[in-house]
Amino acid sequence: MKFGILINEGPYQHQASDSAYLFAKAAIDKGHEVFRVFFYHDGVQNATCLSSPPQDDRNITALWSELAKEHNVDLVVCVAAALRRGILDENEAKRNGKDAHNLADGFRISGLGQLIEAGIQSDRLMVFGD
Amino acid sequence: MLHTVNKSPFERNSLDACLGLAKAGSAILLIEDGVVGAIKGTTIESKLTETMQSSKIYVLGPDLAARGLSEDKLVDGIQVVDYGGFVDLAAENTAVQSWL
Amino acid sequence: MSEGTIKKFMYVNRKPPYGTVYALESLEVVLIGAAFDQDVSLAFIGDGVYQITKGQSTSDIGMKNFSPTYNALGDYDITKLYVEQESLTERGLSVDDLMDIVYEDEDDDWAEKPSIRVVSRAELADVIAGQDILLNF
Repeated sequence: MKFGILINEGPYQHQASDSAYLFAKAAIDKGHEVFRVFFYHDGVQNATCLSSPPQDDRNITALWSELAKEHNVDLVVCVAAALRRGILDENEAKRNGKDAHNLADGFRISGLGQLIEAGIQSDRLMVFGD
Repeated sequence: MLHTVNKSPFERNSLDACLGLAKAGSAILLIEDGVVGAIKGTTIESKLTETMQSSKIYVLGPDLAARGLSEDKLVDGIQVVDYGGFVDLAAENTAVQSWL
Repeated sequence: MSEGTIKKFMYVNRKPPYGTVYALESLEVVLIGAAFDQDVSLAFIGDGVYQITKGQSTSDIGMKNFSPTYNALGDYDITKLYVEQESLTERGLSVDDLMDIVYEDEDDDWAEKPSIRVVSRAELADVIAGQDILLNF
């Protein structure tokens, strides 16, 4: 079965991203496919490579990046929400005249249409938020 | 339909909204802070017991354990699932509604 | 899921506007999603009913008043806005406190019709149970 996942909250502040990650892992372990994880609202903060948690804490961004690499999970960050909150890839940094970019490995920035498409393509859409 | 509730019923109205709008035959899964609603002896216990006459209520074990709540404290009839069980519930039901 | 499949998408709105960004960013998804030709409806439950109250004025809080955008939903063929009667009653509100959101019915000589459907909790439960995708923010 194909799952789509929507995450509405940033890491650490709220359990949403942890729950979504554990759900995604469990789904993959059971032989399901996670078609796409879409990050919206403050959820876009999951995609910053500048996140530097202490060593004894989990690095949520890195966990997502690894999951994307190992299981070919499409991690999509909403462009409008990301730009508002200072999450930029190289391209968006250039376009917006910023001298830095911070999108972590395995994530890509795209439009809200990707969320709707995830709803259409997936058998189930899971929402994790506050 | 699978309904998930991630808020404490003592702080927010997500569980109330869920119980009011989930039809008979639903599966209701309490996760995150929502698990605190699953404990015996609370002011909402009777509501849960009534709901369980027509629907099933589950609680996510890892979230329960994280909050220091043991399974013997659960309202009778509430079933504990792990993340694999959460995935199964999502797959078995035709759609998922998250009461945030 | 094959190409061209139409799914029932429901946007479930349970939070008031402005205090958090959820209402605004939900509306942004609704507008973008309209291009995908799915069967779309919106539900306003609990404090979500405040998203569509009349007379919103944000000039003194430094934020954009996005409530007029709900009036444009009809142009995007989004014509089903379910409002839970009990939520209105609990809050001392009636349908008269809500915006007159309408659409033009192309199957009825473009007659103007209300998009807002005030329904009971039991009726709304039936509508929710029939959905494929439920978006909560």
